[in-house]
Amino acid sequence: MTLLDQFQLLLKDANWPDWAVYLTPAVAGILLIIVFILTIVIVFIWWERRLLGRFQIRTGPNRCGPEGIFQPIATAIKILLKEDIVPEKADKLIHFMAPVIVFVPILLIFAVIPISAGAILVDLNVGIIYVIAISSISVIGIFMAAWASNNKYSLIAGMRAIAQMVSYELPLVLSLVGVALVAGSFSMIKIVEAQAIPYILLQPLGFMIFFLGCLAEMNRCPFDLLEADSEIVAGYHIEYSGMKFAMFYLGEYGIALAYAGVIATLFLGGWQGPLLPPIVWFLIKVFMIFSVIIWMRATLPRLRVDQLMSFAWKFLLPMAVINMLIIAIEVLVGTVQWLMVILNFGFAALLVLLWSRLFTLGGGRVEV
Amino acid sequence: MAIRTEPFYLNIGPQHPSTHGVFRLRVMLDGEVVVGLEPIIGYLHRGIEKLAETRTYTQNIPFTDRLDYLSSMTNNLAYCMAVEKVGAIKVPERAEYLRIIFSEIMRISSHMMAVGFFLNDLGAMMTPVLYMWREREKIMDLFEMVCGQRLLYNYMRIGGVSQDLPEAFLPAVKKFLADMPRYIDEYDQLLAQNEILLARSKGVGILPRDMAIAIGASGPVLRASGVKWDIRKMDPYSIYDRFDFEVPTGDCGDCYDRYWVRMLEIRQSVRILEQAIAQIPQKGPVCADVPQFFRPPRGEAYGYVEAPKGNIGFYVVSDGSIAPYRVHIYPPTLINITALQDMVMGWKVADLIIIFGSIDVVLGEIDR
Amino acid sequence: MKFERYGLGIAKGMALTFMHLFRSPITVQYPDEKLCTAKRIRGNELVWFPDKCTGCATCAKSCPQANIIINTHRGDESKFIVDKFEIDTGRCIFCGLCVESCPYDALAMGLSYECAKYRRGDLVMDKEKLAVSGTHQPSAYFRPQFYDKLPEQSLLLYDKKVGGQKLNFLPFSKRKRGPGA
Repeated sequence: MTLLDQFQLLLKDANWPDWAVYLTPAVAGILLIIVFILTIVIVFIWWERRLLGRFQIRTGPNRCGPEGIFQPIATAIKILLKEDIVPEKADKLIHFMAPVIVFVPILLIFAVIPISAGAILVDLNVGIIYVIAISSISVIGIFMAAWASNNKYSLIAGMRAIAQMVSYELPLVLSLVGVALVAGSFSMIKIVEAQAIPYILLQPLGFMIFFLGCLAEMNRCPFDLLEADSEIVAGYHIEYSGMKFAMFYLGEYGIALAYAGVIATLFLGGWQGPLLPPIVWFLIKVFMIFSVIIWMRATLPRLRVDQLMSFAWKFLLPMAVINMLIIAIEVLVGTVQWLMVILNFGFAALLVLLWSRLFTLGGGRVEV
Repeated sequence: MAIRTEPFYLNIGPQHPSTHGVFRLRVMLDGEVVVGLEPIIGYLHRGIEKLAETRTYTQNIPFTDRLDYLSSMTNNLAYCMAVEKVGAIKVPERAEYLRIIFSEIMRISSHMMAVGFFLNDLGAMMTPVLYMWREREKIMDLFEMVCGQRLLYNYMRIGGVSQDLPEAFLPAVKKFLADMPRYIDEYDQLLAQNEILLARSKGVGILPRDMAIAIGASGPVLRASGVKWDIRKMDPYSIYDRFDFEVPTGDCGDCYDRYWVRMLEIRQSVRILEQAIAQIPQKGPVCADVPQFFRPPRGEAYGYVEAPKGNIGFYVVSDGSIAPYRVHIYPPTLINITALQDMVMGWKVADLIIIFGSIDVVLGEIDR
Repeated sequence: MKFERYGLGIAKGMALTFMHLFRSPITVQYPDEKLCTAKRIRGNELVWFPDKCTGCATCAKSCPQANIIINTHRGDESKFIVDKFEIDTGRCIFCGLCVESCPYDALAMGLSYECAKYRRGDLVMDKEKLAVSGTHQPSAYFRPQFYDKLPEQSLLLYDKKVGGQKLNFLPFSKRKRGPGA
């Protein structure tokens, strides 16, 4: 029984007309979620720049407001005031629609992320599948942006985008099956409530595959060859400026927040935790995951496109299938949870070691 | 029915974050694979060889700074050695030691810059650059203490160096050398064993040994291909025969070998510096007695040193007046990039960028 | 190639980056904190001593850019009196050859590196702007007599923030640099 359902019952008891009873909780919920997203995305932008600076032995921005907290607002104002340039030979309609198609699915994912106990917009009973389905729509938006810019650099980026994002969907989905098997349901709230032991301990291999798959879907280092600054100079959004670029920029942090929320819900136990109120725990977990993402960005170089594809198809996908098999057998036999922890850690270590010996990347060089 | 494909031209133009200067590459691509390459240079041509004909020998020294502006001391040294050969001038003992100390410190600084930006091209997001620039900042402070400038030093003169050291210099250099091994170990820990770096750069852009000798390559590019050729050992100039150091070589001449040879050379430079500081005579003249408007006898000479990028040489022709008749500059980097097309054919766009970065190009030297 | 070492290289690199979180950053908050430059700095301006200059024009002959313009006329006792001494700091490459060649120590490099102007014509410095004064002080490049008046250089090597070392030899200067700033 989510909070919004309770609100709806309250309105019905207060004898409001039927359409108001239907619409008011929906609109209130949507507005609250949008406020939440915008606030946390602005905090994310600030946190990323400061933390990346500390990893690189420098302070981040600290002039614009105390400790630089107004820096994201200054960035937003700067981007909004820029002139919106569209190349002359670009395909105008597709160029216009692309940022919208990239941005809107990100907002749609937040409908099923539980922020606190019962604070979810709608408790779908196919929650996880909805997340995966909606997040796949952004791919077509990125390719539209790349194609319509009439620019060879962004075309290369667009081709890489489709290859990367489509091929990382598979390990992502398969590792989620393990979570659903243990929890017994696809609904997000039921998965959180079933986590007496957080699933990161129960399925370390599944967590690793899901985390790497999320990094690839977010175009984050080490998989950020879509916007590789040093090679193809900003990739698919090379011809965008002004509000359209702001949509891409916010969309990148929005999807980071969305996936961090999904990981916190599925693997880290959502809002559960001692002492503090549930929403604070949720935010702590989301920020911890985001900090790990920034840490990987500060350290690792990026992969080449054919190495990326080899990694997805030859390393992550077989491990995801084997992981699903192991968890299915354990659930069928009915093992106790602490025994599952030990067994799964053992299997994870064994599989990673074994598969690393067998995994070979391709040569990379083509005879011309 | 086969799909019709056609290759397309991509212009990695003069303005690009990764071309290390204004360098234009016209690349023919088949999808992502490079099938043709044409470098176009000349965007930074300043006519230094022509300007040198109308200035005296001492007035030419600031112009030689601006060739390979990241390692100006070795450029100065090569020019001064050429003029000293023409004029038959003997350099005093303390000046020789000072020249070697500054050349080796310059080598450390230039290699740090090269390696840092090689790793940045790979995608490590400025973190190795900022770590290595911390050491380079210390080196630039030392240079500022001696000659007043941080980048373009104008320190060597015909017959020695321009001024003697302040008292605080040698203790500062000793402290710097004491700290260096720890920081070099840190850089090795950061990225030398990183799997992504190994996958991206091992076996990529191989320059075979016979091709390296055939095109006349020099410097770390030649040594990484397995040829043990270092002018400081083969044909010692100045007083390099008094020092004990090794010449690191690589196995097969790929990008990883070029990176690794540079890191090993930094360690060898530290070794040479420690010996030089122990052996330097405490007092003595720092410059031979050369008049301001120096008139060498008629003749010609070729002075060459082992600069960080290779074998830089100056061919000076004198006709007995106060200005040289002709100065020709032999740039190592221009010769090294003649092999670029053979190194890159068959690899992808991402590899093109890092192969180019591993040759360590400075456009000031190529275009003069 | 094989994915050897099972991810250990990546783990070592990430551990090193994590350790850097605990070192204090080496950023200097310019313009609130300015570092003390070296005593021998070749700053972006030149300082002229009118009482020592004899108008011999050795500096003008040694400039690679032919930047220095000197006009003199003969006064009493066959001395030169300098009418015009003009240096175009827009074309100057600040190599210091003029300072090095002056036989009477009448020219020195300046201290300041913040000499940007809004118009190119303002960069041409004539006799009055070049003359030494309270705000226009010389550096010790080739002029060791000015060594003692200048503050000590702040070296990054000795700062305790670098890499967590404990030495505290020369602190950053939190005041504006001395005369000539």
